[in-house]
Amino acid sequence: MAVDMELEAVLRAPEIPQAKYPPKVITLANSKKMVVREAERRDVPILLKAVKPTMEIDRDFYDIVGARLYAELLGWYKHRVRNEYCLIGQIDGYVVGIVNGRMVNKDIGMSYHTLALDRGLRVGSHLFASKMEHHIEYLGQKEVWITAESPIGFRRWMIEYGLLEQEGIQHELGGANSYKLTREIYFETKPRLVAGTRPVPKRLLEQAEKEILVADEETITEKICGVKGR
Amino acid sequence: MRDVAIIGVGMIPFGRRDEDTLLDMLAYASLKALDDAGLGDKSVDCVYVANMGAGILQHQTSVASALVDRLSLIPAAADAVENGPASGASAIKNGLLAVASGYYDTALVAGGEKMREVVGWKATDFVATMTHPEAEYPYGITLPGMAGMFTRLYMEKYGVTREQLLAIAIKNQKMGALNPYAHVEMVITKEGIYDSPDAVVNNPVAADPLHLYDMCPVSDGAAAVVLCPLELAKKIAPKSPVLIAGFGQATDTHTLQERDDPTDLKAVTLASQQAFEMAKLKPKDIDVAELHDAFTILEIAESEHAGFFKKGEGGKAAEKGETSIGGKLPINLSGGLKARGHPVGATGVAQIVDIVFQLRHELDKKRQAKNAKNGFTINFGGFGNNIVAFVLRRVE
Repeated sequence: MAVDMELEAVLRAPEIPQAKYPPKVITLANSKKMVVREAERRDVPILLKAVKPTMEIDRDFYDIVGARLYAELLGWYKHRVRNEYCLIGQIDGYVVGIVNGRMVNKDIGMSYHTLALDRGLRVGSHLFASKMEHHIEYLGQKEVWITAESPIGFRRWMIEYGLLEQEGIQHELGGANSYKLTREIYFETKPRLVAGTRPVPKRLLEQAEKEILVADEETITEKICGVKGR
Repeated sequence: MRDVAIIGVGMIPFGRRDEDTLLDMLAYASLKALDDAGLGDKSVDCVYVANMGAGILQHQTSVASALVDRLSLIPAAADAVENGPASGASAIKNGLLAVASGYYDTALVAGGEKMREVVGWKATDFVATMTHPEAEYPYGITLPGMAGMFTRLYMEKYGVTREQLLAIAIKNQKMGALNPYAHVEMVITKEGIYDSPDAVVNNPVAADPLHLYDMCPVSDGAAAVVLCPLELAKKIAPKSPVLIAGFGQATDTHTLQERDDPTDLKAVTLASQQAFEMAKLKPKDIDVAELHDAFTILEIAESEHAGFFKKGEGGKAAEKGETSIGGKLPINLSGGLKARGHPVGATGVAQIVDIVFQLRHELDKKRQAKNAKNGFTINFGGFGNNIVAFVLRRVE
């Protein structure tokens, strides 16, 4: 697509410099090792392939989360969302979960979506916790604004973390009320909710960085809905 | 009293069944059992339906009347049986007595529960309605809370260890992953839920000292069996009938604190003794058992109170693999409540269905107890205040 770079410069907003998220590895309940690391903008096309099948899964609001995440990643790829970042979880190279968010300003983070492509192992919870870790510990922010689109999300974020409801504050995703994670809440909950060790063993990190593998559509659907559809 | 046999069994996969109503699930399991019994379109004389919570969770009562109508079994006699998490085995006991008495010749017993249409804490609250309405429930007690306190006492008195509880959780999830009817299809490891630094997040404390993976999931599901006199079974059953060789039922105080020793599950001991006595068997004669492991500690405690192991030895036996497939007494080869799931009204029936599979030698070798002839079940109501035990025997 031909682009008028003069106009593109207007449409492409300036960004706040962001600290990188240092990769870590989490041992899951089945002993599998999940590498959590920051995705690059150039990784978006392959991540979109992983997200696409979820847009047709009605279960647990995967369709709306998938559709919105797809749009957010595409927006990031095409420089239409400001200060966005994306973390991914990989097992044996395969992407098993994606989370994203953005910096509103240097003090406030906006949590966007958490998508687990493999379920039953707290992949989504671990990645959400990593996202909070990124905002508070690496981006150095004072608070993160969060909302939920599914009952599972509400239970995992609002209840497990004891987030503070923000009356009259609109989250960028709309819908339910906005809640916030403060630095105090984060460090209080960190011992029981934030997992992972650094540095990632060289072999695991090389495998993860070499290629982001995406399971086929049927496998992704099975992993989300259960092999037996339940 | 006539000898009574199980001539047909049916079960649907447990888990989250958003698309099915409670009645749908009961009907599917019942049709499978009737088909398995070779009854096809033929009716049965009576129907017992085990269910604990439709009145609360679905705002629905009279499920037995609804089921006979759905299955076109009218004018069969129909009763619903509610005995908390032991409803399933209680319903089978009622069917057994109805047929053994000679009043009815064929009985369909179905158990079902639909628990996933409410959020987790509401399901926990619903289950807690079985606790004492003045002495326990108003103070916020839940069944996981009771199990946590029971576990702490059991650990202190009998030396049960976290490693022994882990052995139960890992074994049962491994077996559940092999069971097409099981809710939980995920294998877990000691590293992942205990040894690694991340285990504290993967397997958080739920009711100290019990952790997440010590608990059964909240499930939807249904199971059914068809009963008839043994003599009739030999003539009409298309598959090997399984004899209900013995049963026992006993109760205990409603509240835990009224017991002389809260770690002493007297009703489990009594119900088991009654079942063994009626069957003219001893615990050592049992080849395979399904015990009510809503919490990992219960598999250990029940295995001891039923007489399979001395007090303090059940956990050690589990840790050594004696209760695993190929062990001295394989327990919960279905995955138990821990992995098959625990739709409360269905559980007691599902335990019997799984033992029938075992005694018919129908399972894949990874789950089949070798040469199983005698099976045993415990369905645990309340917190040990209403127990039903069965001994089943393969009919050669």
